[in-house]
Amino acid sequence: MQVHNFEKIWLGVALLLIVGFIATIAYGSVGAGISMVDDSGGTISAQAVQSGETGTGFDDPGVVKQSDDHYVVYVVAQQFQFRPGSGDNPIRVPADARITFMVTSPDVVHGFSITETNINTMVIPGQVAEVSARFDEPGTYGLVCHEYCGAGHHTMGGSIEVVAPSNYTAQQQAVDGEVSA
Amino acid sequence: MVYVDEFPKTAKLVRGQFLVAFGALAIGALFGVIQALHRTGVFRGFVSSADYYTLLTGHGVLLALVFTTFFIAGLFGWAVSNSLDRELSQRLAWGGFWTMLVGTVLAAVAIIGGLIGAPSILGHSLKADVLFTFYAPMKAHPAFYVGAALIIVGSWVAGASYFKSLWEWRSENPGERIPLRTFMVVTTMLMWYISTIGVAVEVVAFLIPWSLGLIQNVDPLLTRTLFWYFGHPVVYFWLMPAYLVWYTILPKLAGGRLFSDPLARVVFVLFLLLSTPVGFHHQYVDPGIPEGFKFIAMTNTMFLLLPSLLTAFTVVASMEHGARQRGGKGYLSWLRDLPWGNPAFAGCALAGLMFAAGGFSGMINAGMNINYLIHNTLWVPGHFHLTVGTAFALTAMAISYWLVPQLTGKQLQRRSLALAQPYVWFIGMTLMSNAMHRAGLAGIPRRTAEPTYDEFAFEGVAGTVGEMRLQIAIGGFLLFVGAALFLIVMAETFLARRGGTLSVNSTIPEPLSGPEHSPRILDNYKLWTAIALVLIVIAYGPPLASMIADGITAPGSPPIPV
Repeated sequence: MQVHNFEKIWLGVALLLIVGFIATIAYGSVGAGISMVDDSGGTISAQAVQSGETGTGFDDPGVVKQSDDHYVVYVVAQQFQFRPGSGDNPIRVPADARITFMVTSPDVVHGFSITETNINTMVIPGQVAEVSARFDEPGTYGLVCHEYCGAGHHTMGGSIEVVAPSNYTAQQQAVDGEVSA
Repeated sequence: MVYVDEFPKTAKLVRGQFLVAFGALAIGALFGVIQALHRTGVFRGFVSSADYYTLLTGHGVLLALVFTTFFIAGLFGWAVSNSLDRELSQRLAWGGFWTMLVGTVLAAVAIIGGLIGAPSILGHSLKADVLFTFYAPMKAHPAFYVGAALIIVGSWVAGASYFKSLWEWRSENPGERIPLRTFMVVTTMLMWYISTIGVAVEVVAFLIPWSLGLIQNVDPLLTRTLFWYFGHPVVYFWLMPAYLVWYTILPKLAGGRLFSDPLARVVFVLFLLLSTPVGFHHQYVDPGIPEGFKFIAMTNTMFLLLPSLLTAFTVVASMEHGARQRGGKGYLSWLRDLPWGNPAFAGCALAGLMFAAGGFSGMINAGMNINYLIHNTLWVPGHFHLTVGTAFALTAMAISYWLVPQLTGKQLQRRSLALAQPYVWFIGMTLMSNAMHRAGLAGIPRRTAEPTYDEFAFEGVAGTVGEMRLQIAIGGFLLFVGAALFLIVMAETFLARRGGTLSVNSTIPEPLSGPEHSPRILDNYKLWTAIALVLIVIAYGPPLASMIADGITAPGSPPIPV
C-alpha cells in the first residue's frame, strides 16, 4: 500500500495526540483523583422511593452528619423539584468537609448538576448516584436538573448553601412536608 | 448522458427520497427557529413553555432521524447505481422507502398530537413529548415507538438493495476491486446494521409492549444503554455519507482528484470497527455503570478520532491538489483559487471547516473527566449543530445543488440564492454554536424552555448571558433563512422545465493513488464485520450482563405519562 510521506507524519502525530489525551485522562483519575460516577450507589426500588418505604436515608431526605469531616446528603429528584434543594429549602452544607451526595429518582430520568463545579450526574430511576466533593469556598451554588423530565422541567432548579464551618449547625437538615408529586 | 436518462428508475426513487427529506427539513427548521426565539426570550408568542418540548421532539426526530435517513438513502442509491453502473433492485428499494415513510407519518402524527391537545387514540393520549432520546420511563403514544421502529426497518430494507446490487456486480466482474463509492456505502450500512440492533431491541422488545401495557416495567438504565449503543454510531451514519461526498465528489468540484483511494478505504473500515463500542461515553455520568467500562469506551472513543483526523488530511490535500490544477500557488494563497463561487463546492468546504471546530469540542465531550463540566449543558447542542447540523446538513444541501439537476435533468434555478445559502448557514452557525459552547461553560443546561431559575442566576465565563442569548437567537434565525433559501432553490429546480445544458455530471475522476495500491484484505467485509462484533462483545458484554443479572426488567419502572 502506498502511503505518502506527509500522510505518514500526519498519522504519527494523530496517534500521538490520541495517546496523549488518554494519558491525561488516566492521570486525572489516578494522579489528580478525579473519580467517576459509578455503580457504588447500588440499586433501589423507584416505587419504594415514591412511597417513602426504602428503609434508607431517602425516606427522610436531607443532610446526615457522619463525622466532623464527612456529611452525606440524601436528595430525591422528582418531577419538578429537588428534596431538599428546591424553593426556600436549599441544601445547607459546611465548607471544607467531604460531602457525599446520594441522589435518586422515584419517577423519570433527571439530572443533578451544581453550577460552577464539576458535580454533575444523571439521576436514573432504580439507581442511586453517589458523588463526593469538597467545597472550598462558602457561598450559594445553583442546582439544575439538566435532563428533560416533563412539561415543568424548566422549573426544576434549586440551590446549595455552603456555610463557613464555624457557622454550621450540625443537626440533620430534614425536609418539611411529604412527597408532593 | 445525464444520470436521470441513464438510470431513470433509480433517479425517480432518489427524487422521492429527497422530497421527503426536504419536507422534513422544512418542518424541522421551522420548529428550530421557534425554539431559538422562545428559549432566548426574544419572541415567546408561538408556544407555551410546556409545548416547547413537543417542538423540541419534532425538531430532533424530523431532522436527526427523518431528514438524515431519507437523504442518505437517496445519496447511497445514487452512489451505488452510478458506481456499479446498474439500476437498484426496485422492489427492495421502494419497499424500504414506503416502510420508512409509514414510520415517519406514524411518529410525526404522534408528536403533532401533543400540539393539538393530545386526543385519546386507541386508549392512549396521542402525544410523544419524549425528545429524540425517548428515555424510559417517560412514555409516548405507542404509535411513536412503532413509527421509529419502522423507520429503522425501512432503512434496513433499503440497505439490502445496495447489497443485492453489489452481489450482482461481483458475479459479473469477478476479481475486480469494489468501486470506492459502493465500498463506502456498504461499509456504512454494515456499521448501521450492527449498531441499530441496540435500538431495535430497546423499542421492539421493551418499549412497544410496555407502552401498550403488555408488560408492566422496564429497566430505565438498560433501555438507556441500548439506546446509546445505537446513539453514538448513528452520528457516524450521518457523518460517513458526508465523508463519501468529501472524498469522492469534493475533489472533483475543487478541480482535482482524490488524494488516496486506499486511505479512504482504511478510514471507512476504521469507522466500521470503532463506531459501535463507544456508546458508553454518553453515559460517563450515569450511575450503575462501573468506571472501568467507561474507561474502555473512552479509549475506543479517542481512537475513533483517527479516521476523522485522516479525513481532514485527505480532504485538505485533495482541495489543494484541485486548487493547484487551477493555477493556485504558494503555501496558503492557493485557497483563493478554489471555486468559492460554486455553491456545491462552497457548501462542502465550509461544512468541512466547521466540522473541524465540532471535532475539537467533541474531543472535550469524549474526555472522561472534563466531560463533567459540560455534560448536558448547552455545549452539547453547540457541538452537534456543528457536526450533524453542519458537517452533514450543509454538505447534504450543498451536494443537492450538484445532484438534483442530474436527478431531474433540469438546470439549477436561482443560482444566486443557492450561492448565498452556504455562507448564510456558516454565519448563522458561527454565531449560534459559539454562544452555545460558551453558555455550556457557564453551566446553562440544554433541553429547557426557560433557562432562568428562581433560586439563582447564571454568570458567563466570557461575555454575558444576555449577549450569548442574542447570538443564539440571531444565529438560529439566520439558519432558518439558510434552510428557506435552500428549499426555495430546490422547489424551483424541481418545478422547472427540462432543457438547456446541465453544468454538472456524475463522472468522478480517478484518484491520484488508485484502488490497485490498496491491499485486497480491505474488501474483506466478513473479516471486518467479525472483528467489529468481537470489539462490541468486549465493550458491551460485561456491563449488559451485570444490568440483566437482577432480571431483565429490574430495577423496573412503570410508564410515566408526560
